[in-house]
Formats: sequence, structure tokens, C-alpha cells
Amino acid sequence: MKISPSKIISLLFFIFSGFYLYTAHQIQVFTFDENAAFNAKTFPIYLGYAGLIFSALYVLLPETRPSNVDLTVLDYKKTIMLVILMILYGLTILRVGYFLSTSIFLVLSYIVLGERKWVWIFILSFPFVAIFMYLLHGLLNIYLRDPFLQYIGIMG
Amino acid sequence: MIEGILIGLETAFSIKNLMMVMIGCFAGTIIGMLPGLGPMTAIALMIPITYGFEPSTGLILMAGVYYGAVFGGSTSSILINAPGIPGTVATSFDGYPMAQQGKAGKALAVAAYSSFAGGTIAAIFLLIAAPSLSKVSLAFRSPDYFGLMILGLTAVSAFSAKGHFLKAMMMVVLGLMLASVGQDTLSDIPRFTFQNMNLSDGISFVLVVMATFAMSEALTIIFKANDPTRVAKQISLSQLGSIKLDKEETKKMVATIPRSSVLGFIIGVLPGAGSTIASFLAYGMERNFVNDEEKQKFGKGSVNGLAAPETANNAACSGSFVPLLTLGIPGSGTTAVMLGALLGFGIQPGPRLYQTNPEIFWSVIMSMYIGMVILLILNLPLIPYIARVLATPRTFLIPLILFFSVTGIYLMSFNNFDIYMMIGIAVIATILRLYDFPMPPLILAFVLGGLMEENLRRSLLISDGSWSFLWDRPLTLIIMATIVLIVSWQIYKSFIKKNS
Repeated sequence: MKISPSKIISLLFFIFSGFYLYTAHQIQVFTFDENAAFNAKTFPIYLGYAGLIFSALYVLLPETRPSNVDLTVLDYKKTIMLVILMILYGLTILRVGYFLSTSIFLVLSYIVLGERKWVWIFILSFPFVAIFMYLLHGLLNIYLRDPFLQYIGIMG
Repeated sequence: MIEGILIGLETAFSIKNLMMVMIGCFAGTIIGMLPGLGPMTAIALMIPITYGFEPSTGLILMAGVYYGAVFGGSTSSILINAPGIPGTVATSFDGYPMAQQGKAGKALAVAAYSSFAGGTIAAIFLLIAAPSLSKVSLAFRSPDYFGLMILGLTAVSAFSAKGHFLKAMMMVVLGLMLASVGQDTLSDIPRFTFQNMNLSDGISFVLVVMATFAMSEALTIIFKANDPTRVAKQISLSQLGSIKLDKEETKKMVATIPRSSVLGFIIGVLPGAGSTIASFLAYGMERNFVNDEEKQKFGKGSVNGLAAPETANNAACSGSFVPLLTLGIPGSGTTAVMLGALLGFGIQPGPRLYQTNPEIFWSVIMSMYIGMVILLILNLPLIPYIARVLATPRTFLIPLILFFSVTGIYLMSFNNFDIYMMIGIAVIATILRLYDFPMPPLILAFVLGGLMEENLRRSLLISDGSWSFLWDRPLTLIIMATIVLIVSWQIYKSFIKKNS
């Protein structure tokens, strides 16, 4: 028997709802609140049951409009590379600073997606980020943390 | 009311707010024009910038972005048959054939005038309806609000994902589950935080919106190997033909606009329906109104067929502000994003907004008129130039969207954890989108989660734990009956009708 991906997702949601419901029951409420008509765990418990019901219905009932996705045409490589780049961006943004990490993230993303117009790659990374930072930090007074620019004395 | 209008005009006509409407309309047009990116993404990208502004200024900017994005969506529908948003799909039925006949300029002009007229007429309706409804909605109590929220979520699930009602309902529950993370508002008891300090304040609304819309839309484009700008490269975007309309075309539009405006506004007010349904209904209605000769032209470049959905989708945008401003309950994903932004400003929309923050209430309505005028005078002559945005390669576009998304959340928290969580949610949302699990119900549920729990808490405490509050008051009973009707209709449509 072949099970559709939508049903697998619903099954995972069913398991997630079960875990959510279990965790909802574990919420520690004040002693005087335990038998109250409503306390901190009432709403989550209802949500847990709702999640179980809807996902179970989807798994058990026949699919009226199955989603047809051709898995062979999906671009896994570029998507995974972009996600990895974003994780690295998140990792470096606080340590290296906004300017350098953002510019490098943009350059690498353009390259990963197949762009080879080097002039545009440069314009839409370092100078673009510098102008964007000036707009945010210089004009709109929005604080941007950048240890690198602070170290070399460009940012106060 | 006159006093309110004057307050609104004073606020909306300040130099700063006029600038914001212009920037909003312009930015919205550009973002909305890009296929795959709609008003929700456009507004989501603006939220971090607006947090430094006054609430009225922020909301005016977002309203401008909303209208601009709807207008931009119709441009890509007409020029490259790639609707930026579902609300402009019907626009492409006659807009694209007109463009293929060398009348792209004319089609864009019809769309611009119809959008302007539809938006302006509906804004007048909003001006009249909103204060009256605000007064009526003061009579609403917690059970009614709780019922209305369930109605909104059910309706959005029913309409936003055709044939995928159960998937939409799962997304509603997931949205409510995400909203329940963090300290309980009344008792401060931590829930689902797993002793992680980063979760004690809950999950940021901006994070969820950015992840499920801006970021996951960008990832979906790459994942599906779509190049939405490919068609744009094959046509001339600078030679679109004349934008002047002749007498006959103007006459057709004059007949279409009033009826489509009324229909669009009414549909927009209804929870969940929104601009997509309004535009399709207006297209269908118009087809029944015109003579047989014109009927034959539908789908082949009819002016009536283009004017009707364009008028209706803009009128629906104005209509969707009615439940948001008067009840504090958004009826669509886009207005849900706006509600989230308002809550971020510390403003609770609802019947009392009219009295407590009249400058916000009225300035938003007034800014709609200004936005319409700006869209008309700014965008129409500039369309040949703005349209070149359609040819922006995705290799540049996607990294820039991801960069704006990460920047948005970084500016708010300066926290790696939030960035990782956003990436995680975006990846899950991308997979869910692939299998037609809709995102608007998730956002609406996430925004309404806190309010829903609060109203359920009050209702249950008042009724001493009994669920009879759902049918004790006639108003609540009517709301609950409507919910039952929608759910039954969905079950009938999905299972019984199919099997028979």
C-alpha cells in the first residue's frame, strides 16, 4: 500500500499533536488553580485534541484532491545550499558583524544560484549593504551591531 | 464623524505620512509585481522598519504597501500572465489577451482606473460602515468574540485552500499551538518553553510571518526550480502601447465599476473571502450583465472582463479593513499581518479604537484615498519603467529576499536563536507549501491565538466552566450556526458530493 506524502505529513502532525497534548498536561499550574474552570493548560489541551482529530481525519478519510508533486524536478542541491548559507549567516552575524557577514552571504548566495555577472555581484553585495546600513543606522537611527566596523573605527 | 475625518486628514496629510504612503505604494507595487510574492510578503518585509515609527505612520505605510502590492500583482498578470497574488488571477483572463494584441498600455490603464475607482468607492463605504459597526460591536461580549474568531478561522480555511479544508484546519491548529508558546498572559506560567529562556516571551510574530511567507516563498521558487521572470525577458517591457482609452472603452468601464465595487466591498467584509473570491465573482457577474456580443469577447480581451475583477479586488481590500478596525478581528491573512503589527505597536484594534485612537482609525481611512491617487498618478506613467522589475533575475532576487528576512528578525532581537528558528520554520513551511498546506490560516491563527484564549477564558469563567455560553446568547448562537454551516458544506463538498 502506497501512502501519499500529505498523509505522511498529517501522520507526523498527529504524533506532534500527541506530544503537544502530553506536554500540555505537564504544565504546572498553581494549586488553587487546578480545579478552576480555566487555567494555563486548558486551552493547550483543547488544541492538542483538535490537532489529533484533524490529522486523524485526514489520515483516515480518502483524499479528495491529492497533491501531485514531481519529486524529480525539485532542486534539492541549491535549496540545501541556501539553507546552509543562511545558517552560517545566522552564526556569523553577531560575531563577525552585520556588514561583512551580510555581504559575504549575498555574494555566496548569488554564486550558488548560478549568477556569474561579477560586477553586479559586487554592486549588490558590499556597496549595497553599506548603503542599506547607512539608511538604517545613519538615517533611521536603528541600532546595528557590528564589532568589525567598530574595531576598524568606521562605526561608533 | 466630521471631526474624525479632519483629524484623519491632518495626520494623513503630514509630510512624513504622505512620504510613507508614496514609499508604501511604490515598494508594494514593485514587490507585488514579482510573481510569487504577494501583499503578505510585502507587508512582512516592512514590519521591522515600521517599529521605529508612530503607529499611525506605520499603519499608513503598510496600507500603502497593501494597495501597491495588489496593483503590482495585476501588472504581472497583464504583462506576463503570471499573477503576483491569487486576487489578480481573474485579471489575467482578459488583461493578458489584451497585452498579446499589442494593447498592454491600454490594459494597464483599465486596471489602474478600475483599481482607483474600486478602491475609492469602497473607501467611502468604509468611511460610512466602520463607525456605525464600531458602535454596534460595543455590544459584543467575550463569547461572541470567541465565536467570531472561530468563524474567521473556519472561513479562511474554507476559502483559502480550495479542496484542502482539513489541511487548512491543521494549519489553524498549528498556528494556535505556536501562539501558545511562552508565558501564560494571566498566570505567567511558562508553557512549551522547555526551560529555554529564548522561548519564555513566546515566538515573535514577525519571525513567523517572515519565515512562512517571505523566506518560504523564496525557498519554494528555488526548490521548484521556477523562474518567474523568464517570460518577462521574452517581451518588450518598455514598449507597451498607448495608455489612452477611447469613449467606448470608458463607457464600458463606467458601467462596470459601481456594481463591481459594491460586490467587492461586501465580499471583502466577510471573513475569509477576500479579494480572490471578490474578483472571480465580479468577473462572473459581469459576464451575466453584458450583452451577447460583449460576452463573446470575455477571455479574449474584454474591457468589462478586465475592469470587473480589478475593481472588485481593490474594493475587497478596503472592505477587509472593516472587521479589523471595528472588531479587531482580521478577516484575511493580510489583515492578520496588519493586526500583528498593530499589536506590536501596543494598539488593540476593536470597537474602542474609534474612540481611544481616533487619529489611527481615521488617518488609515484617509490615507487610502491618498494611496489611490498616488497609485494612479505615480504608477500609470511610470509603468513601462517599473515593469522592468519583472525582468530582475531570480539569482539576485532570492538572496535579497532572504537577506531582508534575516535582517528583519536580527534587528528585532539581536539573537542567533531567533534566526535559526526562523530558518527551521521556513524549511518546514516550504515542505508544507509543496503539498498544498496553506499558510494564511496559520498566520491568522497565530495572531488570534492570544485573543482567542483570553475570550475563551472569560467566557468559561463567567459560565462557571459550562460550554453553554456558545448558545446562550442569540448572537453567539447565530455565529456558531454559521460555523456549523461552513464545516458541513465543506464536508459535503469534499466527501459526499465526490462519492456521489
